[in-house]
Amino acid sequence: MTALAYGVSDTLVLAKRSLLRIRRQPDLLVSFTVQPILFVLLFVYVFGGAIQTPGFDYVDFLMPGIIVQSICFGGFVTALGLSDDLKKGLMDRFRSLPMTRSALLTGRTLGDVVTNTFQLVVMFTVGFLVGFNFSSSVGEVIAGIALVLLIGYAFSWVFAFIGLMASSPEAANAYGFTILFPLTFVSSAFVPVASMPSWLQPIAEHNPFTYMVNAARALFLGTPAGNDVWLALAWTLGIIVVFAPLAAWRYRRVVAR
Amino acid sequence: MPAAVETNRLHKSYGDVQALRGIDLHVETGSVFGLLGPNGAGKTTAVRILTTLLDPDDGSARVAGFDVVRDAAEVRRHIGLAGQYAAVDENLTGFENLQMVGRLYHLGHGLSRDRARELLASFDLSEAGDRLVRTYSGGMRRRLDLAAALVARPPVLFLDEPTTGLDIRSRIGLWDAIEALVSEGTTVLLTTQYLDEADRLADRIAVIDQGLVIAEGTPDDLKDQVGGERLEIHLCDDDRGQEAVAALTSIASDRPFLEDGTVRVPVAERRGTIANAVRRLDEAGIAIDDIAVSTPTLDDVFLTLTGHAAEQEEKEQEAEVAAG
Repeated sequence: MTALAYGVSDTLVLAKRSLLRIRRQPDLLVSFTVQPILFVLLFVYVFGGAIQTPGFDYVDFLMPGIIVQSICFGGFVTALGLSDDLKKGLMDRFRSLPMTRSALLTGRTLGDVVTNTFQLVVMFTVGFLVGFNFSSSVGEVIAGIALVLLIGYAFSWVFAFIGLMASSPEAANAYGFTILFPLTFVSSAFVPVASMPSWLQPIAEHNPFTYMVNAARALFLGTPAGNDVWLALAWTLGIIVVFAPLAAWRYRRVVAR
Repeated sequence: MPAAVETNRLHKSYGDVQALRGIDLHVETGSVFGLLGPNGAGKTTAVRILTTLLDPDDGSARVAGFDVVRDAAEVRRHIGLAGQYAAVDENLTGFENLQMVGRLYHLGHGLSRDRARELLASFDLSEAGDRLVRTYSGGMRRRLDLAAALVARPPVLFLDEPTTGLDIRSRIGLWDAIEALVSEGTTVLLTTQYLDEADRLADRIAVIDQGLVIAEGTPDDLKDQVGGERLEIHLCDDDRGQEAVAALTSIASDRPFLEDGTVRVPVAERRGTIANAVRRLDEAGIAIDDIAVSTPTLDDVFLTLTGHAAEQEEKEQEAEVAAG
């Protein structure tokens, strides 16, 4: 076998391990199912009445935003998992094996794509039940789903880096949420940017997260996209290009605790 | 036959702390080599360098004939690593753990399965093989960890404090397993802070302290360095220890001394020693509670070589950590 074939096989072996963990620790599943469902219901029924979204039903406005947000957090399993591997000394075992060195990272992030897909199915199902509908072509919907999964994949690399930097799984979790929560809320995900105070608007408008949400909205609802899809794609690929090498660099140097 | 492990002036520092200050080791193929020392002596750092987890700052090392920095990938194909952390995945079954490691050694699907079953059987884990590891006891985890290190039948095995924290029965079980491996020709380098463990398992021992090898040899060589046998006497009245020391000086090969209320008398000749000592103490009117001849242990070796006991340093370190 070639090095590439070994790399693919090692990645698949470790992606499977990552997914088995979720089956064995069902409480992790809560964050992929119950949590997003609660968010949709809270926003639609609690905040929805108070938020004006000119030109949209709130549920249509909300769903692309909440989907992009949930998918970004999907990668936290990678941060938790890597941090746990460090704490338990498993990292030493993996690094002493003749496997492809980056496979632990590519395996985990690939595992995230599977859980994110599952999460997407749950979210769309709930969305349809509370009145969400696609209003664009099939091709655009498929492109939108692909873009959302790619965004999730990019953030898995951010979480991989966080997991390898943090001193414990709990700290990894805290870092992830502290960094991502403001980023996702100061955006067009839940409210129109125009409703924010004027000093905050430029920040929200240029937040990469806003481009991603606007792109998802354009692809799912058929709204005018402008440059949003391309900007979202550029940011997503940019995040992968920066964070994948950073995580790989950290992995090579990291010392078990 | 080339050495299984050969190091040349290995240096490694973490900031201001010099973990290794020039370590030279030579481990013959097929032998068991014990790296003995207290916590923080540099044992784990040495193993981490030899297993390619860490690059040395200076010096070089070869394992199974390959340079640990230049040919790291080749080294990884020839080694197994097991240690104090029992690095197994709690959310997988024992079988899944071993199979996964087999796949990552690129043994292929079928061979990985067969090897996993075989190892579970030989480590007495067949029945538990399909249970999640988080339900395993400490001893079972260590056995699985050792099994994982053996999946690819590596010619050189590194065991980093394999029995630290285990109860005595699990320790003996693990020792038996290690001895069985050695009889099949595997070279083992083990680190330990247990002197009895090194004594039982190792053909040769290097004693390391503060990043330096301070003694090397067979367990018997090291014991000889400390001197011969010793009389150990417990008195009925602890207060008369100094009197006993004075009474026994003439039959000792070296100065007798008091330690933890026990009178210790180095002697050159075992025969007749007890009778001799009893007579002298009797003449001095000192009553004996218990008397025995003891052979030196590696604890004595450590005390002689470093001027402090292995256990004691560990306690001091813990105290430092606790004091922050």
